[in-house]
Amino acid sequence: MPRLHRRAADVIVWLLLLSTPYWINAVGGYTQLGSRVLILALAAMSLNFLLGYTGVLSFGHAAYFGLGVYGAGLTIKYLVPSTVLGIGVGILAGAAAAAVLGALIVHLRGIYFAMVTIAIGQVFYFIAYRWNNVTGGDDGLSGWSRQPIDFGFGTLDIVRGDKAFYYTALVCFAVAVGIMAAVLRSPFGRTLLAIRENERRARFLGIPVDQHIWLSWVISCTFVSLAGTLYALLNNFADPHDLRWDQSGDFVIMAVLGGMRSFWGPLVGASIFVVLEDYVSSQTENWMSFVGLFFVIIVLFFRRGVLGMLRRQSAAP
Amino acid sequence: MTQLILYNVFNGLITGAFYALMALGLSLILNLSGVINFAHGGFLALGAYLAFVLTPHIGFWGALLLSPVLTAAVGVLVERVLIRPLYGRDPLYSLLLTFGLAFIFEDGTRFIWGPATLPFSIPQWLSTPLSSQFFFLTGYRLFMVLLVTGTVVALFVILTFSRLGVRIRAGTVDLETVSALGVNVRVLRSLNFGLGIYLAALAGVLAAGMLGLQPTIGTDLIMPSFVAIIIGGLGSLPGTLLGGLLIGVASGLTTVFFPSATEAVIYVLMALVLLVRPRGLLGEEGRF
Repeated sequence: MPRLHRRAADVIVWLLLLSTPYWINAVGGYTQLGSRVLILALAAMSLNFLLGYTGVLSFGHAAYFGLGVYGAGLTIKYLVPSTVLGIGVGILAGAAAAAVLGALIVHLRGIYFAMVTIAIGQVFYFIAYRWNNVTGGDDGLSGWSRQPIDFGFGTLDIVRGDKAFYYTALVCFAVAVGIMAAVLRSPFGRTLLAIRENERRARFLGIPVDQHIWLSWVISCTFVSLAGTLYALLNNFADPHDLRWDQSGDFVIMAVLGGMRSFWGPLVGASIFVVLEDYVSSQTENWMSFVGLFFVIIVLFFRRGVLGMLRRQSAAP
Repeated sequence: MTQLILYNVFNGLITGAFYALMALGLSLILNLSGVINFAHGGFLALGAYLAFVLTPHIGFWGALLLSPVLTAAVGVLVERVLIRPLYGRDPLYSLLLTFGLAFIFEDGTRFIWGPATLPFSIPQWLSTPLSSQFFFLTGYRLFMVLLVTGTVVALFVILTFSRLGVRIRAGTVDLETVSALGVNVRVLRSLNFGLGIYLAALAGVLAAGMLGLQPTIGTDLIMPSFVAIIIGGLGSLPGTLLGGLLIGVASGLTTVFFPSATEAVIYVLMALVLLVRPRGLLGEEGRF
């Protein structure tokens, strides 16, 4: 895509995101739904950093998302009632777990890597599910809520103001997405693309492939846990299902649906997925079948994703 | 105490036998087609519910024979229509597809047969305990152990001696050459898929006799089966068998000493194996 087009796309995306709370009600949505799209889009974009730009298939990102969710929830409930600290602890928990587990698995490839990430992810699910007296078990962690953010010179009330929370999340989103975009433009980011395109050749060029994949994995998981902390704050609740394997699948399908090879693809995918899920689950009990059908249809007919197809159309004469 | 441990080891072996049956099927499909069949648990549930429907008409034994065959037929159909177009593409897509299928299967069984646990009747003489001291040794459990053992032996005999089995094993190593030698790879993959589903459905019927029927019956078994494959070593069927039995016994023993870690222990075991021997217990070096 020409540079000018990409610039234009960036501007349009940011304008849309900045104005969301002012038009979402008019089109039948609500601000909270906007926040949800934003947060899950951040998770899907972080996953895509690894999936689309490094070419590594992780099917266990919900674990790190969930570590963010529970990190924030447990901190605010038991330690300090501070939103900022909750976010910090959540990210730290996710990043630390990713760093340790990543070292264990980065030398695995392809479906083997996918399978191991799925299985490892389940450990965290079972911990949250079984450790009743701390995590609330199957009922989830409730009895806490996000706190106003104190800047020293004034406080930002994100507790009652849906818009205030949306913009707080948007700031986090912008920082995370900005960092990921910058990393992808850096020489390191270019080596990730090289690994994706041809790992053997990258190795011959002297790129320490395993180390680079590890770093990409940790970056990806860190931002996924950031999304997790925001998700916990949005719901004022931590649900064990947030770290189950079906959640990982949701992230992957968002990335695929929007287009794995486009930077904004997962955002588009997340918007479609979340809005559709919101609608279907309000209409029928059997939303699981619809989600499943959705998966099948995407894989069979929309493998390139929405943006991938748009790009192909505009490239055609 | 000894009896308690013995009871849990035996229980663990039975659970492990389920894991192994399921994981062997998964392994077959994974090795030949490179597809992680997430819907495997769905097929297991389908086998169980089909048996439930068939039992009143043709009895337990008829259902035990017929239900896995019917389920395998459904499996072959699914493979032909949905999975075949994805061969040769990024494994991501087949993974997502079977993932979606797993949702449809679980929700579908819930929709048709309801969310509650349904009883599955087994012949009276199978459900009585064989000994008063070892109360847990019911005829059904012994029967399950025997049947699973027999099935696994049969599977390995087929794979070692029959023409189909030899082709499947050869295809696992080098599918292109097998194709060049004039074997219809499409048919081979379909049959292999059906064989894997057959094993899952058989496990489903047996599990239904022990636990009753629930829509989540298969979903609960899929993760341990992955772990069994990883522990045993990707690409090795004996490894998968060993892995399944091992994690079964491990979680059985953990039930005695630290019940709340029953599920987690198998993942700890997996992490240990990945740390010490990344290719798995019986896996070939350098394959993955």
